[in-house]
Amino acid sequence: MALLLGQIPRWFNSIKLSSFIKASQITKQSARPGKTLSNGFSPQALLLSSDNCFLQWEIKTYRTSSLWNSFQSANSNRQENSSLQSTLLPSVSEKPEIIPSLESELPLEELDDLPPLSPMQPISEEEAIQIVAHPLLPLSSFTLGDYIDHSETLQRLVQLGGQSCAQGILCQPASRQLLPEQRKGQKGERGVDLSKIERHVDAANLLLRLDFEKDIKQILLFLKDLGLEDNQLGPFLTKNYSIFSEDLENLKTRVAYLQSKNFTKADIARMVRNAPFLLSFSVERLDNRLGFFQKELELSVKKTRDLVVRLPRLLTGSLEPVKENMKVYRLELGFKQNEIQHMVTRIPKMLTANKRKLTETFDYIHNVMNIPHHIIVKFPQVFNTRVFKIKERHSFLAYLGKAQYDPAKTNYVSLDKFVSIPDEVFCKEIAKTSVDDFEKFLKTL
Amino acid sequence: MGSSGLARLQGLFAVYKPPGMKWLHARETVELQLLKGLNAAKPPAPEQRVRFLLGPVEGSEEKKLTLTATSVPTLTTHRLVRGPAFTSLKIGVGHHLDARASGVLVLAVGHGLRLLTDVYDAHLTKDYTVRGLLGKATDSFCEDGRLIEKTTYDHVTREMLDRILARIQGSHQKALVMYSNLDLKSQEAYEMAVQGVIRPMNKSPMLITGTRCLHFAPPEFLLEVQCMHETQQQLRKLVHEIGLELKTAAVCTQVRRTRDGFFRLDDALLRTQWNLHSIQGAIQSAAPRVAAELERNLRLRLGHQQLPSAGQPWGSKDPSSTVEVESYSGQ
Repeated sequence: MALLLGQIPRWFNSIKLSSFIKASQITKQSARPGKTLSNGFSPQALLLSSDNCFLQWEIKTYRTSSLWNSFQSANSNRQENSSLQSTLLPSVSEKPEIIPSLESELPLEELDDLPPLSPMQPISEEEAIQIVAHPLLPLSSFTLGDYIDHSETLQRLVQLGGQSCAQGILCQPASRQLLPEQRKGQKGERGVDLSKIERHVDAANLLLRLDFEKDIKQILLFLKDLGLEDNQLGPFLTKNYSIFSEDLENLKTRVAYLQSKNFTKADIARMVRNAPFLLSFSVERLDNRLGFFQKELELSVKKTRDLVVRLPRLLTGSLEPVKENMKVYRLELGFKQNEIQHMVTRIPKMLTANKRKLTETFDYIHNVMNIPHHIIVKFPQVFNTRVFKIKERHSFLAYLGKAQYDPAKTNYVSLDKFVSIPDEVFCKEIAKTSVDDFEKFLKTL
Repeated sequence: MGSSGLARLQGLFAVYKPPGMKWLHARETVELQLLKGLNAAKPPAPEQRVRFLLGPVEGSEEKKLTLTATSVPTLTTHRLVRGPAFTSLKIGVGHHLDARASGVLVLAVGHGLRLLTDVYDAHLTKDYTVRGLLGKATDSFCEDGRLIEKTTYDHVTREMLDRILARIQGSHQKALVMYSNLDLKSQEAYEMAVQGVIRPMNKSPMLITGTRCLHFAPPEFLLEVQCMHETQQQLRKLVHEIGLELKTAAVCTQVRRTRDGFFRLDDALLRTQWNLHSIQGAIQSAAPRVAAELERNLRLRLGHQQLPSAGQPWGSKDPSSTVEVESYSGQ
């Protein structure tokens, strides 16, 4: 909600005295040198509190109390200037709701005796230098880029997986310089993709409020124990950012359940990597889904396990397309149950394929290429390729007179080579022509 | 770098649209591939912001503070924070091709979008190869439509077909002259007609500037058609009407565009070549030809406007002058 500056004095007048004390107590208690803190801290207050009225009085009170501190030079503790790093990156965990229990140095009676403020008051050079007037962070924004320079959590999330220090995620981001490995364009940025997370408002707010050391690091260490590498953590968190709101105990229970079903540690790591939402499913749900696949496909336990490890998104995705596809295979395409079992164990992706593309592919292969069922069962990869590729290659071979898919006869072209090999190899070995000829033919279609 | 990649991506190029693909889908696939190529470029070095930081004064014994300007890296422009550098590209499509047809499809990207209107205004002709099948007629003039009638075609000979094509060409020639709005009695118009450059420079119904039979093996035959202001469905209807003229029935099995203006089959990129590098190469190789042709056509069009026109007083320079577009049925 945008805040008009004119409203602030009105809020200020209506502040209760106790809440004013809160602010000054906190200013006193934070072990940082005077002025540079206040303006650096007020953004943190903005980030942390979700209550708008709390926000509004804090801005004014911090500014006021900072200037008032200058007149308390006799009273205030002049602490050594710590390095600037800590002032510009105050930890996010300091919550203004926590009221420290130490008594304030500003007793209630003295508040009335304090001299009134005036911008014309002369102040010393050191104090002048220490007045910092950073522009305030926006109260609300649609992008996390506005807050990233002030939030260590976000910075460490973005730089996840790109650090070369031995402890990996445990070490601090080395000063303010980005490491050389992060500067050059890698084959895919390996941190958390904040541009995707900021589209979900709740997720972005959650990440802003979390503290890296307290909350996030535990989950990251848990994931590393599971077997995920550093550079895989980023893409995982981009997909499943809500894992931070899960209880660590629940996650451990689910992993224990999977282990009890005889999934090896490497299997579980692979499943979690390929289906990031797996650990967000409760134990009953996982159980139901495993049971569903075992019943539907009538496979042995070991084969179901292999199937799920190869394609873990079967467990996390919707089950309706799988049921539809099973009906399509049985009724529309006319495969028998053991044929379907064989094909699915070879190519698990067939269970989640698009129904329309499936029927189109089968229609072309069975009716135009005249390939009977028992040969299709031997090569289920044809259902995993694009239809146009099959059509182009078949029409080229038909034009050359080499379209022969019956293993009994000569010049047999096997379907797996037909779909899987790249164009150059296909032209050279199967069609025995050059790629140019293939391209010329394609331009006559 | 992304910026130089984008700099070389301005102009016109042609792709070969395969049959069965909608033209919009082709355009979107090309856009996705170009974005992939542009975003894969090396990201720039991280941006630095100047901050005035408090620090101790060098070489002083007391603890004095001073502000020093230092360049501090910031993550606000990082790829993972801001998102990919390119999220959309403006790609324009020239003359459309419907889903069942295939062939040369002209696309324009960046500054080429401006040239696209000029190309349209040049009213250039296009070449098609049209394959027909004698013996049946369907409601959509294609093989997969609902069958209406089946006929015999033994009586059809090559000479009959050639004669009919010549008649079609002749009647369209007459229409060409009429729609081009020129008074043939003037010397300039006569010279243009001799060179064969007469064509309408404004809206008109489909006009066939030339047609011939490339291959005749009943029931199949292959025609080459040069036309302008056409749609592919009108070409299929033409095949149907040729069948009627031959006292039999015909359907169209393939419509393929081999030339669109000055883009030929050799310039068209196949699906495997729809990537940043090949498209940039195609744009650069086509650029000089595009510039020359557009300049020539601009001169022609200006000259065309200056000529006396058939139904108008001499000197009227209104290019989009009044010709009612009658529905012209091929005689």
